[in-house]
Amino acid sequence: MITVEGLTVTFGAVNALRDVSLRAETGKITAVLGANGAGKTTLLRTISGLVAPQSGTVSLDERVLTRRKPEEIARLGVGHVPEGRGVIAEFTVEENLRLGAIVAKVPLEEGLAQQYEAFPVLGERRKQHAAKLSGGERQMLAMARALIARPSVLLLDEPSLGLAPLVTAQLMATIAELCATKDLTVVLVEQNASSALRIAHHAVVLNVGRVVADAPAPQVAADERLRQYYLGMVE
Amino acid sequence: MDSFLTSRIVSDILGGLTNGAIYGLVALSLVLVWRATRVLNFAQGAMPMFATYLGMGLLSYHWPYWVCVGVSLVAAFAIGALTERVLVRPLYGKPEINPIVVMVGYLIILEAFAAAIWSTTPRSLPAPFSPIDWQLGGQPVGLSPFSLFEIVTALVVMGAIVTLFRFTRLGLQLRASALAPEVSRLLGVRVGRMLTLGWMLSTAVGAVTAILVASNFFTGLTPQLMDGIFAFGFIAAAVGGLDSPVGAVTSGIVLGVILQFVGDYLNSNAIILVALVILIVSLMVRPSGLLTRSATRRV
Repeated sequence: MITVEGLTVTFGAVNALRDVSLRAETGKITAVLGANGAGKTTLLRTISGLVAPQSGTVSLDERVLTRRKPEEIARLGVGHVPEGRGVIAEFTVEENLRLGAIVAKVPLEEGLAQQYEAFPVLGERRKQHAAKLSGGERQMLAMARALIARPSVLLLDEPSLGLAPLVTAQLMATIAELCATKDLTVVLVEQNASSALRIAHHAVVLNVGRVVADAPAPQVAADERLRQYYLGMVE
Repeated sequence: MDSFLTSRIVSDILGGLTNGAIYGLVALSLVLVWRATRVLNFAQGAMPMFATYLGMGLLSYHWPYWVCVGVSLVAAFAIGALTERVLVRPLYGKPEINPIVVMVGYLIILEAFAAAIWSTTPRSLPAPFSPIDWQLGGQPVGLSPFSLFEIVTALVVMGAIVTLFRFTRLGLQLRASALAPEVSRLLGVRVGRMLTLGWMLSTAVGAVTAILVASNFFTGLTPQLMDGIFAFGFIAAAVGGLDSPVGAVTSGIVLGVILQFVGDYLNSNAIILVALVILIVSLMVRPSGLLTRSATRRV
């Protein structure tokens, strides 16, 4: 479980996050929604230690993560698939996975076999450079690379970005299945609110760095005001 | 056959390979630092020179030769690590000219310190193998046991570096830290340590080179030991591609052979001129280096 309390982040004179509190439960998908510039990416980057907050804390279960280095936070079991996926294009598929397995406690071969079973396309293309993969395949690789370390938390930043609707639907199904079968805490940042709300258990809506809604996903999906003003979901 | 082996051409090729191996090693050490931290290290010759004084200086106290070599390598690791942590780390993210200025200043300081401590008088180092050319039918072949040792050492060092980078877990982390530091940190790679390690490896490769150069009877160990060699190694790295270890080494070897012919058939004063022409022409044709895959990095 990830607990965020009173998080404020400033970049120069700009408040990126203002007094943000939320909770992402174990085994559940928590969607973080909002327009461009709402602070969604900053929230994930603060959780994983890339950004230092002015005030507030982030905890993983009972352990405070704030002020730890990103590499230490990763080693504590927080997997972060960044915006743009962060796949290393110069590496082969397998090298990307081997890099993800650096902090894994299971043997490398076992981890690779599991990921190739979960994502067969990666197994077929293991020797190819990641530059050759399609957008959807890169997203699969980025997720497999995070999962091979057996994290307890998975932070996903705009996984649907640039993907065709059908691929997005498949991706969301995969995320839902992973969350259910591996008892993961998933924090899913999305601009594509309708896709995210379809699989999320809980949703938090950010607007210019503030939490404007924090409720079960169906409730957020049904709220006409939220849909119209913050989620851009106009029928 | 004998006359072929002792011919001028073969002798030039062998001499060129020996020099080229040295240029290739200097180029390799430049590439290691460039890839890890995007710093063009102008003190790449001076840092190993200092380490060589510290280690090989123990010969005067009758320490065994190979122990002194070991101490030089340890000193090189330490100098590389200290330099990265203290001098280079504050420069990351600053304009590219900053590290260049700092490293040029560092080069001058290191050479001045070495001169103050050990004087500028060349110290001769014993060559571990005979520097006298093998003979065939009374004619020298253009290759001595020591120059063969230089070539073999260069090949072994290059092979070790390539093996480390290509086939080990540590090498994977070193490459990832250079290519994508932020993503690497998110995956738990201790990027700071990897960058320090890049500088340590580079300085150690430099120390091997410096010992080989200083063991040459004609030069000996001086504070300016690596200045000339650095220029050729730099040209090799720039031509071969600062991102490509194999490219840098290959172009170092080719450069060594070409310049040997230039020195023998034209004039030894033409060597630096031809080297600079090669640099300028190659930069005009392929600014990113001849053997570098053109960068297609995606976000």
